[in-house]
Amino acid sequence: MIPPSFDYHAPTTVGEAVKLLSSLGGEARLLAGGHSLLPMMKLRFAQPAHLIDLSRIDALRGIREDGGEIVIGAMTVENDLLDSRLLQQKVPLLPEVVAQIADPQVRNRGTIGGDIAHGDAANDHPAVAIALDATLVLEGPKGRRSVKAENFYHGMYATELAEDEVLVEIRVPAFARGTGYAYCKLKRKTGDWAAAAAAVVMRATGDKVESVRIALTNAAPTPLRAAAAERALTGRTLGPTTLAEAAAAAMVICDPAEDLRGDREYKTAMTGEMVRRALERAAARCG
Amino acid sequence: MAKKIISVKVNGRTVEKAVEPRTLLVHFLREELSLTGTHIGCETSHCGACTVDLDGRSVKSCTVFAIQCDGSDVRTVEGLASGGVLHAVQEGFYKEHGLQCGFCTPGMLMRAYRFLQENPDPSEEQVRAGMAGNLCRCTGYQNIVKAVLYAAAKLRGQKEAAA
Repeated sequence: MIPPSFDYHAPTTVGEAVKLLSSLGGEARLLAGGHSLLPMMKLRFAQPAHLIDLSRIDALRGIREDGGEIVIGAMTVENDLLDSRLLQQKVPLLPEVVAQIADPQVRNRGTIGGDIAHGDAANDHPAVAIALDATLVLEGPKGRRSVKAENFYHGMYATELAEDEVLVEIRVPAFARGTGYAYCKLKRKTGDWAAAAAAVVMRATGDKVESVRIALTNAAPTPLRAAAAERALTGRTLGPTTLAEAAAAAMVICDPAEDLRGDREYKTAMTGEMVRRALERAAARCG
Repeated sequence: MAKKIISVKVNGRTVEKAVEPRTLLVHFLREELSLTGTHIGCETSHCGACTVDLDGRSVKSCTVFAIQCDGSDVRTVEGLASGGVLHAVQEGFYKEHGLQCGFCTPGMLMRAYRFLQENPDPSEEQVRAGMAGNLCRCTGYQNIVKAVLYAAAKLRGQKEAAA
């Protein structure tokens, strides 16, 4: 399978990329790691006249600390997240997630920014970014603006990113000491998308949940924040009753598409189970 | 769309060729350079048969454009043996019967080649995780894991002998 013809552009600065986007309009697509876009082009689901390859923009790669935040360049590849000591120390949820994405070769090309900006709720980073309360920094002709991950997704493949904007960095609050976390993902085989998955970030004192963020992967056309499930736990003791209440509250908002990974009922039930497991694992890591 | 001349080092030799932007790395290797050792399997980045080394990392060459490799260093299965002597990973697959039909083997070899540089002394479980991007429909993987462990031991022995 050979993709349709296109003109190729390889800018070396974000400014150049934004200029190209502005002048080429809707005819252009940004190319990050290409592991979603190339398969779509081969199948003619996408036929951009121009591809703007971001891989030559060095400023878009790397992981650094800035005050209380960890700043991740949008073109940082998954395996660099997996190997990052800074992330292992400050945001250990991210390496745990990446280990469950695709396979070693794909993780050498796939980027966190591409995974987030593609707008596919089956990708893992979108829900995780919501659970982490991440801020997405977008750059366009008028400069930069910040959007909370939670407010970035409008529908399937529809995001807050404007036609002339580039996602440049992902800013994640560093975990306070004792923060619990987990990403539980049910998949048919290595490399598959989630049949159901849940991300949890939790603070607790003793058995009592002080605060918790819960987000769901592939449970609806967009990644979901399970706000009612969070409310069912906040200020309460984690136990069989509260766990069941939280899982039930998460299942209520599920609206999954039936496919080879399961029907709606199965995926909804499994999402509830992933929430329960992620909460238990996160709680065990608190303290 | 206009062709562009790219310069790529392949198995230590620099080649310059004009490519269409849409040409995939795997087609560039097989059709422009006649390096047909790299196989085309699923074409959707799942099976790993097309795995090559790109700037020191394993990639699936069906999901990279050749034009993106301008200035890069590529190694394919043709670049493994040296002076008629099999590379340790090739010897491992031969000695441990790590193949049956052989279709997945070039990708397996190239992934094992890189994996053993990332982790020279892996456990069996780490081999399975490190090779998770390569599918084999014949062997059931048992002998592939043994082959990679064989190569790991041999490469460690060569390193010690050199030290």
